[in-house]
Amino acid sequence: MSTKTIAEMKAAHRLLATHHYERSPVDKGYTGKTLYVNVGTRTIEERPVTDDMKAKFTGGRGFGLWLLWHAVKDSTRWDSEENEVVISPGPLSGITQYPGSGKSLVVSISPTTDQVIDSNVGGYFGPYLKFSGFDGIELQGKADQDVIIVIDGQTGLVTLESAPLEPADTHRLADVLTHMYAADEKDLRNVSVVSAGSGADHALVGCLNFSLWDVRRKGVRIKQAGRGGTGTVLRNKRIKALVVRSPQVHGDDNHPVDLEQIQNTGRTLHREIFQNDASMERMRMRGTPHLVEVMNAFDLLPVNNFQYGNHPDAKKISSDVWVKWFHQGIPDGCWYGCTLACAKTVEEFELSTGPYKGERVRVDGPEYETAAGVGSNCGIFDPRAILELNFYCDTYGIDTISWGTLTAFVMECYERGIITTEQTGGLKLAFGNADAALELLHQVSRGEGFGRIAGMGVHKMKEYFVEHYGADAAFLDDIGMENKGLEYSQYVSKESLAQQGGFALTNKGPQHDEAWLIFMDMVNKQIPSFDDKAEALYYFPLWRTWFGLNGLCKLPWNDIEPIDNKKKHPPKEAAKVPEHVDNYVRLFNSMTGRTITKEEVILQSKRAYDFQRVFNIRLGKGLRRFDAQPYRAAGPVTVEEYESRAERYDTQLRDEVGIAPEGMSTADKITALRTYREGRYEKLMDAVYERRGWTRNAVPKLETLQMLGIDYPEVVEVVKRHL
Amino acid sequence: MKYVKPHPEKCRFVQECMRACAQKTQKSDDISLSSILVTHADDGTVDINVCNQCGVCIDICPVTAISRTKAGTVVINKNLCVGCYACVEYCPTGSMRTHASRLAPFKCIACGACVEACPAGALELVDGEFELSYLEQNQAGETGDTFAKNYF
Repeated sequence: MSTKTIAEMKAAHRLLATHHYERSPVDKGYTGKTLYVNVGTRTIEERPVTDDMKAKFTGGRGFGLWLLWHAVKDSTRWDSEENEVVISPGPLSGITQYPGSGKSLVVSISPTTDQVIDSNVGGYFGPYLKFSGFDGIELQGKADQDVIIVIDGQTGLVTLESAPLEPADTHRLADVLTHMYAADEKDLRNVSVVSAGSGADHALVGCLNFSLWDVRRKGVRIKQAGRGGTGTVLRNKRIKALVVRSPQVHGDDNHPVDLEQIQNTGRTLHREIFQNDASMERMRMRGTPHLVEVMNAFDLLPVNNFQYGNHPDAKKISSDVWVKWFHQGIPDGCWYGCTLACAKTVEEFELSTGPYKGERVRVDGPEYETAAGVGSNCGIFDPRAILELNFYCDTYGIDTISWGTLTAFVMECYERGIITTEQTGGLKLAFGNADAALELLHQVSRGEGFGRIAGMGVHKMKEYFVEHYGADAAFLDDIGMENKGLEYSQYVSKESLAQQGGFALTNKGPQHDEAWLIFMDMVNKQIPSFDDKAEALYYFPLWRTWFGLNGLCKLPWNDIEPIDNKKKHPPKEAAKVPEHVDNYVRLFNSMTGRTITKEEVILQSKRAYDFQRVFNIRLGKGLRRFDAQPYRAAGPVTVEEYESRAERYDTQLRDEVGIAPEGMSTADKITALRTYREGRYEKLMDAVYERRGWTRNAVPKLETLQMLGIDYPEVVEVVKRHL
Repeated sequence: MKYVKPHPEKCRFVQECMRACAQKTQKSDDISLSSILVTHADDGTVDINVCNQCGVCIDICPVTAISRTKAGTVVINKNLCVGCYACVEYCPTGSMRTHASRLAPFKCIACGACVEACPAGALELVDGEFELSYLEQNQAGETGDTFAKNYF
């Protein structure tokens, strides 16, 4: 531990600004106020939540988008003074009875995409912020020294304090601040911290860690707002951490109009999980990494920078391995009452590298995306190495998904001779070299060497490699697994056109939060036509957006199902899990007293979704050309890739493209297949944009904005430039 | 450990136990606030449902609001309870009670009021041995899979 005591660290704080407030009681899921903090001007203000905000943007990600829109200029970039980090929980966040109801949504202008990013995260901060009086917090400006912001909902006091001595890395910092601001041991559970880490100081792929105090393990656990570099933005503002201290939570803190309905709906799902989880996904025991073996079986597990979809060594990192590593038998929700409990930990893991070598630590995870990202996608199948990478990414404040994908890209460039040890400073970054992968990560923390270049992310690395190393730009565009500047999350999309759209026809870039259509499309063949795919790419991204508007987790929607779901409903309906859709509609109405239908759910999402698209256009992005995908996401780029699945591709050439592959060279077959697949992707774009009410250039049409009621003059003005 | 052992074959279905429980534990005449529940099963026989103090709920509770007293009785701390109702649905015997007027669930505390009130001798307060639940045995959080096998 640090040589400074907590008392010494606290004594070194200087109070830079204070704001006393009367805590607004939560009414029907909203407090009616947001908190604005400018760390540069040292301003702290309360701002009203308008009825229009609630009606049009619902909350969570919607509030984040609305607040950010009004905070920035067209020219704002991630490191501009006026860029904000907005955190908002949403009206259903903080429900304790329904599993998966404690999420926070982070919105900012991203350092890697130069447009709007949103990220959905667990931990207690969002609900605690609400129960402390605020539907959201806006962080603007840049401090001239390291600062923390403390929101004390028990006393009604917000402070901006300098914090020069606290350690930067989250596993230490969150622990220190939790103890510093809890009144006593009993109060520890009421404190939650948001922090990044030393890596976020030097990389653009920084994440935010949201903490919770685990009353049984008597320690801090963390969940990540991973995607898009929000941790980097926080550190660019020199904010070390946010601390919230909430009043003790009770089951009715949201003051819903009909608590009993919420309780009964929650109980139904608890029972479903109790009865069915053991025979379904076993989330309570395995968390999300059970997907490793599922993806491997369907040729969807990314291996060696998405070149391949399975590997014989995948069994070394499959769920039966993780089950033994995971600490079992303790409620592992990331918010109260989540009986799906997928937030698994590994306890007492002894680190073998880096600044904390020899320390025995808690590893939060790995989740599937981490195991696949820093694992199989980098050719690493050693659970210890994955745990070490997982731990260090988290404590350094680095997104494991982006880190995995960008390391895989670096490794492929290394193996192909695009970069050598000359550029990497001696690091032999071949696939499978876990020691080199870890050292690259430690370099990011120290702000040294090739780690700094890697930390820029795939998009900026491609430009850098072309400019400085004379790399072939077209080839890097083919194998660099990013779209809009965001690294792909960990699923091979080559054989699912709908999922290619699910990744790239997005607002924020390719991630698993918006649409996951591979099984519907590729395995179950439920959406064969372009119209079918467009409909799926209309409904599912909007449906999933709704979780982010309300502060919910997606997993209890379809990682647990009523036992008769697939019998009761035809396949395409069953994929929507209709009973659970009904649950969510009931939760919303019971909370707010409104009477929305499942159709209105989709419209609520579409307002935020299309607004976000216009926001991106306002920032100079958001048009069709930014929805282009790297060809690696759509098909085999190299001879090795083609020949590894030659039978599949030859059959497709013959049956789908109408070309006899016999006698053709592999290079010619790659070209023929590529022409065909790229043509289909363009057709998909047309079909999806039309279904979404957008122009062929991906611009929401005026009548679409009018129908949604978001035709604000400043929104229309942005769109008109492109109509 | 004391727990209430029901003998449903002796029950005359007068629900005096429920009245006594609601009165003693909730200061109410409303028998839906009773922790012991006497109902007719589908086949017409009487079913008496009351907590056997097994302690699974102690492990399920995410906030350590449920604990065992020195005497062995499982009790809920209403101040710590966040009202998630996980314990209600995970109770192996379905013996956690809820009521619209109460935020926290409630349960039998083996006080014996129902036993005294029963005119038919259908309830007995038994002093028996009990097994600690998994987390009670492992409060420090040792890795193990006993609990997992049973409840995951």
